[in-house]
Amino acid sequence: MPTLRRAILYGLAGLVLAFLFLPVLVVVPLSFSSARYLSFPPPGFSLQWYENFFSRAAWTDATWMSLWTAVASTILAVLLGVPAAIGLTRGRFPGKALAQALILSPVVAPGIVVAIGLYYVYARYGMVGRPVALVVAQAALAVPFVVINVSAALGGVDRRLEQAALNLGATPWGAFRQVTLPLIRPGIFAGAIFAFVTAFDELLIALFLAGTTAVTLPRRMWEQLNYSIDPTIAAASSLLIALTTVLLGGAEILRRRAERQRTTPAE
Amino acid sequence: MSVALSGAMPAAGRRSRPWRLPPSLLALPLLAFLLIFYAYPLASMLLRSVYDQGWTFSGFGALAGDAVFWRVLGTTAQVAFVVTLACLLLGYPVAYVMSRVRSGTANLLMVLVLIPFWTSILVRTYAWMALLGRRGIVNNALIAMGVVDQPLQLMNTRFAVYLAMVHVLLPFMILPLYAVLRGLDWRLVQAAEGLGAGPLGAFRQVVLPLSLPGIAAGCVLVFTLALGFYITPVLVGSGSDVMLSMLIGDLVNRLDWPRASAMAVVLLAMVLGVFALLARLVPLGRVLQGGR
Repeated sequence: MPTLRRAILYGLAGLVLAFLFLPVLVVVPLSFSSARYLSFPPPGFSLQWYENFFSRAAWTDATWMSLWTAVASTILAVLLGVPAAIGLTRGRFPGKALAQALILSPVVAPGIVVAIGLYYVYARYGMVGRPVALVVAQAALAVPFVVINVSAALGGVDRRLEQAALNLGATPWGAFRQVTLPLIRPGIFAGAIFAFVTAFDELLIALFLAGTTAVTLPRRMWEQLNYSIDPTIAAASSLLIALTTVLLGGAEILRRRAERQRTTPAE
Repeated sequence: MSVALSGAMPAAGRRSRPWRLPPSLLALPLLAFLLIFYAYPLASMLLRSVYDQGWTFSGFGALAGDAVFWRVLGTTAQVAFVVTLACLLLGYPVAYVMSRVRSGTANLLMVLVLIPFWTSILVRTYAWMALLGRRGIVNNALIAMGVVDQPLQLMNTRFAVYLAMVHVLLPFMILPLYAVLRGLDWRLVQAAEGLGAGPLGAFRQVVLPLSLPGIAAGCVLVFTLALGFYITPVLVGSGSDVMLSMLIGDLVNRLDWPRASAMAVVLLAMVLGVFALLARLVPLGRVLQGGR
C-alpha cells in the first residue's frame, strides 16, 4: 500500500514536470519543418526558417537591438548593483529597508504599470524610440538580480580574511580587490547572467518605449504572434531556448563553484 | 574625504587608509539611478490619477461607474485565484518529491523546472498556440485518433488562458515550496509515524503545517504575478478574458491617462497589499534568490 501511494505521488510529479518541460520542446521540431503552415509531425526537414531568420533585416536588426541593449543594460546593472549590494550588506543607514524595497520592487511590480509609468515620463523627453531608453529601463528591471546574487555571495565571505589583509597593510580597496572580489566573482557573474536574460526577454518595456525605431526581438516576435504566424518564429524560439539553456548552464556552474568556495575552510 | 564627513568621523582620514567612506555610500549611485529613471516616472504617472493641474478624483470617479472596469477586475481576480490554486495543487507534489529523492536526482528535476522558467514567456506562449490551435498539435492528434471529427475550439478560450498561465507561473510555486520542504526535519515525520500516525495523518499534521511559509510565499508570488499578467492572456485568450493589465494598455494607447493611471493605482495597490502580507511571513530576498 505505501508503495502504491508512492507510485501515485511520483507519477503525478512526473506528469506535472512533463507538462512543464515538453511544451517548450514542441517548437524545436516545428522550426525544422518544411511546411509553410503549422503541421505536426512536420512533413519534411528544412532549414528555410533559420535562413529566413538570419537573412531578413526585420529579424536580424531586432536581434542585434536586443543583444546590444541587453548587454549594455547588464553592464549598467553590474556597475550599479555590485557596489549597492556591498553598501546594503555592509552598511547601516536609516531607511535601509526602504532602499532594499525600492531595489527589489521592479521584480514584483506589474510589468504593465512599470512600462506605462516610464512611457508617461520618457515620452515627454523624446526618449521613445531611442535605444538608450531601453537600456536604462531594462537595467532598472535587471538590477535586482545582480543585487540579490551579490548580496548572497557577500554573506558567504569570511570577513576575517579582509581583516587579515588590512592588518597586513592592504588598503581597503586593495583588500576588496584581492580578497573579497575573487570570492564574490561567481555571484557577480550569476547575477549578470540573470540580469542579461531579464533584459533580453523584456517585452512590455519594448511595447511602449521602442517606438518603430528600436524594435527588439521580443517586440518583433510579439508582432508576428499577433498578426501572422510564420514558422520563422519557431526558429527564433528554438534559438532563444538554446541561448537560455547555455546561459543557465553557465549560471549553475558558477553557483556550484560559489557553493564549493563557501564550504571549503579558509586557508 | 569631504570635510563634513571627516568632521563626523574623527577616526577616518588616517594616511594609511586613504579612503574610508562608510560602505553605505556605495548604494547611493544605484538608488539615485532608480529614483530618477524608475521611481520618479512611476510616481508621476500614479500621481496623474489624482492630480491634473489641481487635485481631482475624476479618474477614480470614472472607474467607479464603469461597468467594464468592474467586469475586468472580477475576471482578473478570478483568473489569478484559479491559476494560484492550480499551481499549488500541481506544484506541491513536485516540490515534495524533489525534497525526498537523492540530491543528484533533485538537481536533475530542478533543471526540468528551471529551463522552462527562464525560457522567454513569448516562446512558451507560442508553444501553447502551436499546441492548441485549430490545426494545432492537440487537435491533429485527437482527429488522428478518431476522438473527434471536428477540431475543438481550444485557442482563445479561458481554458487556454489557465493552461498557459499555469505553465508560466508553476515554477514560482515549486521553487519556494521546495526551498521549505528541503529544509524540513524529516525525522519529525518518522516520529509522528512511530507514534501511530498514518502517512496521511503525518503529512497533514506535520509536513503541511511546517511547509506553510513556502505555501504562503508561492501563493503570493503566483497570485500577484497573475494579477498583472499581460502577454499570455492577450495571445491565447478571447475577448471575454480581458485582464486589468490589458485594459490599462488599451487606455494608454488611447491616451486616456486619467483612467489608465487610476487603474494602475488599483492594480499596484492589490499587488502591494498581498505582498505586504507576505513580507510579514517570509524575507523577500530569500524567495527571489536565483529566481525571477
